[in-house]
Amino acid sequence: MKRFKFKRTYFAMPYAVLGALFVIVPLGIMAVYAFTDTDGGFTFANFVNFFSKPAMIKVLFRSLGVAAITTVACLLLAYPLALVLASSKLNKSATLVLLFVLPMWINSLLRTYAIKIVFNLIGLKSAYAAVVIGMVYDFFPFMLLPLYTILVNTDASLIEASTDLGASAFKTFLKVRLPLSLPGIMSGILMVFMPTVSTFAISDILGDPSTYMFGNIINQWFNSQAGWHIGSAYSFILLVLIAVTMFIANKLSGGKAQPTGAGGTVL
Amino acid sequence: MESKTTHEKFDKIIEVKSVTKMFDGVTVVDDISLSIKRGEFVTLLGPSGCGKTTLLRMIAGFEAPTKGQIFLEKQDVTAVPPHKRPINTVFQKYALFPHLNVFNNVAFGLKMKEIPNGVKKNRRGEDVPVFRHYTKAEIKEKVERALALVNLADYGHRDVNSLSGGQQQRVAIARALVLEPKVLLLDEPLGALDLKMRKDMQVELTAMHRNLGITFVYVTHDQEEALTMSDNIAVIKDGVIQQYGSPKKIYDEPANAFVADFIGESNILSGTMNEDFKVTFCGETFACLDKGFGKNAPVDLVVRPEDIDVYPLHKNKGTLEGEVLTSVFKGTYYEMNIVANDYEFTVQNTDEFTPGSRVRLGIDPDGIHIMKKLRTVNEYAGEVSGETTVDFLGGTFEFVNSEQLEKGTPVRVLVPFGAVELTDDEEDGVIGGSVAQSLYKGSYYQVQVYTDDDNDIYTDTSDEWDNDDRVGIRIAPEKIVVEKREETADETV
Repeated sequence: MKRFKFKRTYFAMPYAVLGALFVIVPLGIMAVYAFTDTDGGFTFANFVNFFSKPAMIKVLFRSLGVAAITTVACLLLAYPLALVLASSKLNKSATLVLLFVLPMWINSLLRTYAIKIVFNLIGLKSAYAAVVIGMVYDFFPFMLLPLYTILVNTDASLIEASTDLGASAFKTFLKVRLPLSLPGIMSGILMVFMPTVSTFAISDILGDPSTYMFGNIINQWFNSQAGWHIGSAYSFILLVLIAVTMFIANKLSGGKAQPTGAGGTVL
Repeated sequence: MESKTTHEKFDKIIEVKSVTKMFDGVTVVDDISLSIKRGEFVTLLGPSGCGKTTLLRMIAGFEAPTKGQIFLEKQDVTAVPPHKRPINTVFQKYALFPHLNVFNNVAFGLKMKEIPNGVKKNRRGEDVPVFRHYTKAEIKEKVERALALVNLADYGHRDVNSLSGGQQQRVAIARALVLEPKVLLLDEPLGALDLKMRKDMQVELTAMHRNLGITFVYVTHDQEEALTMSDNIAVIKDGVIQQYGSPKKIYDEPANAFVADFIGESNILSGTMNEDFKVTFCGETFACLDKGFGKNAPVDLVVRPEDIDVYPLHKNKGTLEGEVLTSVFKGTYYEMNIVANDYEFTVQNTDEFTPGSRVRLGIDPDGIHIMKKLRTVNEYAGEVSGETTVDFLGGTFEFVNSEQLEKGTPVRVLVPFGAVELTDDEEDGVIGGSVAQSLYKGSYYQVQVYTDDDNDIYTDTSDEWDNDDRVGIRIAPEKIVVEKREETADETV
């Protein structure tokens, strides 16, 4: 009889089981639903349903558009802030960063309802603007953390070397700081873009029918008994889109973007 | 009067004038003045934390002096930012840009540089200088020449992270040299390399300096590196230049016991200068070449291990008689510890004398280097705080109040080196401190202790204490000399 020998890899077993149960199996079920009809027969009809409806394609592009605008807005807002926080002499204890991340501790639905009240108070009429602002507000910390982490860890001697070689502060930013923070930018983009492209709660609360997102459509299909197959197909299309985005982002940042590595040093 | 041309040729390229740098109230560089001639290889040498790197960073422009000025070719550059100084730096850990390949690292500065390109007339008809950037072809040519200079001709396309430490160092040097700076600063550039590589790079750097004619300012804590490479060395300790001079001068004629101890192996002894050209130590009187210390002046003196002659006992030569304790073969010579008249000498000699054998030691007059004794007694300002107590150095010490000084009297306190006792346990002392330096003086150690109230106290003990050790300080009450001090006298002496 072979004696049982404990290996370090066994520690990974619970996660393997967890992953199989909650990631692989649901994905499989989703794929099965997407490619079958209500009788269980194989079909492409669910995909045809999507591609034959220009309105649906329009919603998908609206979702992509809103996600892109949100991501760019988050990046433009978070980068200067991260730069200030990373170089701040007051910020040795990261308390300032915490201040900006603190909203994450509040339930996102609660936050969204709160901002809705604010919009009503200030009389914001455009549903589109409301949805975008709401998303920026909700996902801002996901952009800030990876940016801050990479900027605060940039070797200070590289910046000195750059000025030593004749680069002004602006050139140093453009030629050294910015390219070196590219992995952080890519992480931030993924962390914001992925959830915003599929979210439906924020547009549900802050928007109107004109701001229906792809997530809302999927949500609607799943609310009807017969819609699960079509809803799965829609989810499948979104999944492929996100996978392609991630692949491209990884290529662009030289394989260094890690959507999971955000803010490890702060929280 | 000196002719103008000679003056220009040997002028000072860098002048540091009374520069002080403080970080959070701690003085790191203390009123340093230094001038460096064009084309010189100058080394700032000292133990870690002595302020040498801070001085270099101020020359580069990364730090602004708290006080004082820095001149480059007679121009005050104290407030000029680093990117506008014609000075380039080779950083301790190279600081190569990881997102650029070797070629683009070297080309970085060239792409930034704006070079004069004639003049043009502006609307008012005045001549305005025009600047341009280097062309791609010019950059390529310069980079390739710089890479060839550091023997990395075919490495342009390589990723800097794939290079060895030595190769990265060469890229860093090429990156700085390609800009043809007026001064090249090097901050412990060889510290991260292994011994063999370090030796090779020493030779290459010296050759580069000779061929390029650029002024090098080099920071290191390695005295051997400093001695082999430099034209001049500034030995720095506690933010103060202890001695500035050629390697030979510093080795042969150290200015004080610290320099003697820091540069090379040496025997540092206490002695008395009886009169000019005559010094007594180890109970014997020797002829020497120094004068001007006055009669019977206490002095420190250094004798290098290779300057001591060893004779067999029967030869009846030499002045001192001693016994060989240990002998170690060092490749070309034997290093022996020989005790004579209670002093333990380190001696280097090509002939071996076996441990236990009795020998005679001789020292030629030119082998004895007399140094002014820095201090012979600790001196502090204090105040009488009770019938038999006096406050100084942040503590309350017992003393013999023979003059019946009243409480509150400001006093001058003299503590001889021999009166101070160090205790292992900080709690056992009246005050605490940390050991700053232990200097072996032949038969005892002179220990410098840095007290918690920012003062130094020196003591002669038979034990060696490790640097940075926490110790307690006690002083024998009967040996403390307390004199009344006038109110107008200096706070601390």
